[in-house]
Amino acid sequence: MKKLLAVLLALTMLFAFAACGGNSATDGNVTPDNVPANPVIRMSTTTSVNDSGLLPYLLPAFEKATGYTVEVQSAGTGAAIQKAVDGNADLILVHSKASEETFVNDGYGVERIPFMYNFFVIVGPANDPAGIKDGAENAAEAFSKIADTKSTFISRGDESGTHKAELKIWGDNVPDSAAEQWYINAGQGMGACLTMASEKGAYCLTDKATFLSNKAELDLEIVLAEGDDMKNTYSLIECNPEKLDGINIEGAKALIEWLTGDEASALIAKYGEEEYGSSLFYLIKE
Amino acid sequence: MLLSMDGEILQIIGVTLRMSFFSTTISCLIGMPLGVIMTSSSFRGKRTIRKIINTLMGLPPVVAGLIVYLLFTKYGPLGSFGMLFTVEVMVVAQCLLITPVVISLTSGVCSVNGKSLLETAKGLSFGKIKTMRLFLSQNRIALSSVMLTAFGRSIAEVGAVSIVGGNIQWKTRVMTTAIMLETNKGNFEFALALGIVLLIISFAVNILASLLTREGEE
Repeated sequence: MKKLLAVLLALTMLFAFAACGGNSATDGNVTPDNVPANPVIRMSTTTSVNDSGLLPYLLPAFEKATGYTVEVQSAGTGAAIQKAVDGNADLILVHSKASEETFVNDGYGVERIPFMYNFFVIVGPANDPAGIKDGAENAAEAFSKIADTKSTFISRGDESGTHKAELKIWGDNVPDSAAEQWYINAGQGMGACLTMASEKGAYCLTDKATFLSNKAELDLEIVLAEGDDMKNTYSLIECNPEKLDGINIEGAKALIEWLTGDEASALIAKYGEEEYGSSLFYLIKE
Repeated sequence: MLLSMDGEILQIIGVTLRMSFFSTTISCLIGMPLGVIMTSSSFRGKRTIRKIINTLMGLPPVVAGLIVYLLFTKYGPLGSFGMLFTVEVMVVAQCLLITPVVISLTSGVCSVNGKSLLETAKGLSFGKIKTMRLFLSQNRIALSSVMLTAFGRSIAEVGAVSIVGGNIQWKTRVMTTAIMLETNKGNFEFALALGIVLLIISFAVNILASLLTREGEE
């Protein structure tokens, strides 16, 4: 009996190792003509581009074509930029213009390359207690309706790009979460905030991609899309090798060139059409 | 740096202590008697139960959080209480995590002098409740360190409380979820400073506990 168990255990472990091996690296079936000298590119990005599935969809094509391996770390924009400042990334893909400009002006980034955009949407419960569906043209109007009716609103509160965009829309009227019961500062990622909004029947500002990819589990719908103050621009910035050590600048340049090239453009334009009936990201044409 | 948001930090420390205190107390009230029973009595299926408890000791906090979340979610079996994203439900999740630890440790502590205590109880023809009291009082110093272990697990836990508590500012944010948030924001120094505060709190609680047990000895 004990022997049998031991054999079973050993087999399970072997299987686990084999499974791990299959996932790691770019595998033996990819044989690019010229393997780059420094094949690992470290990309620090926000949760919205990674968790919506865009990067897992795009990057295999890049890796296959060039022989590079891209290691993606995703976090809120604040942390994504901080990781690059600490020298732990070769390029960043984020969506907060002011922070990006600071990053470049402080010498950590070479150049801000606006890359693609989509729209933030306001989601809320189907009964729409603040009356946004018929009564608001843009996000600022919707927010003032939410504040007037004291409808529950979930704020990211984590200094992510989405949180900064939300604060910008509130302008001078950012509610005080200590005093206002309806304004909930959740301090969590987009997915967790959407779940909380769904539980509490609350409103939330979200990027469209994350909402659509989680929609099935949520008791929420889009109450406002595409207001003039809801554009969400993503930029690529390569880290400055003169300021930071160990930057794979060739890799970063290659990835940016590929992402802004024709093949990636075609892929991005198609992304989401099949599943959600509309593109999730739009390319910025120069 | 820490002084700049004094009020909020104090509030977060308050929530943290409240949550840890209640989850420690409740899980000790449930777990210690059960732990004594695991040692002092013999009954059918005891080995199986011990195995289950030992397995539950390894329950990943996120899984405990997920289970409690699914129980209390809007359309879940206990959803009608509307308790999701409150300190109370965080305590529930913590108890699920800590009680098995308390049971197992208590049973371990009691098994050291279990035989002689059982003989004493037999000799004095103690009933079940008196036997239980004998076990608990004779092992109180070791049990206070069980209690501290429970408190330590509770105060340091992040996975479960962030799922069921939601890390809401002024309401369910505790030290660990605040540290996670600051790390996600990229404020690594501030996150570290909060971590040091957490350690200081743990240290203070330890000192307090050792003072209390020493007083008990005298």
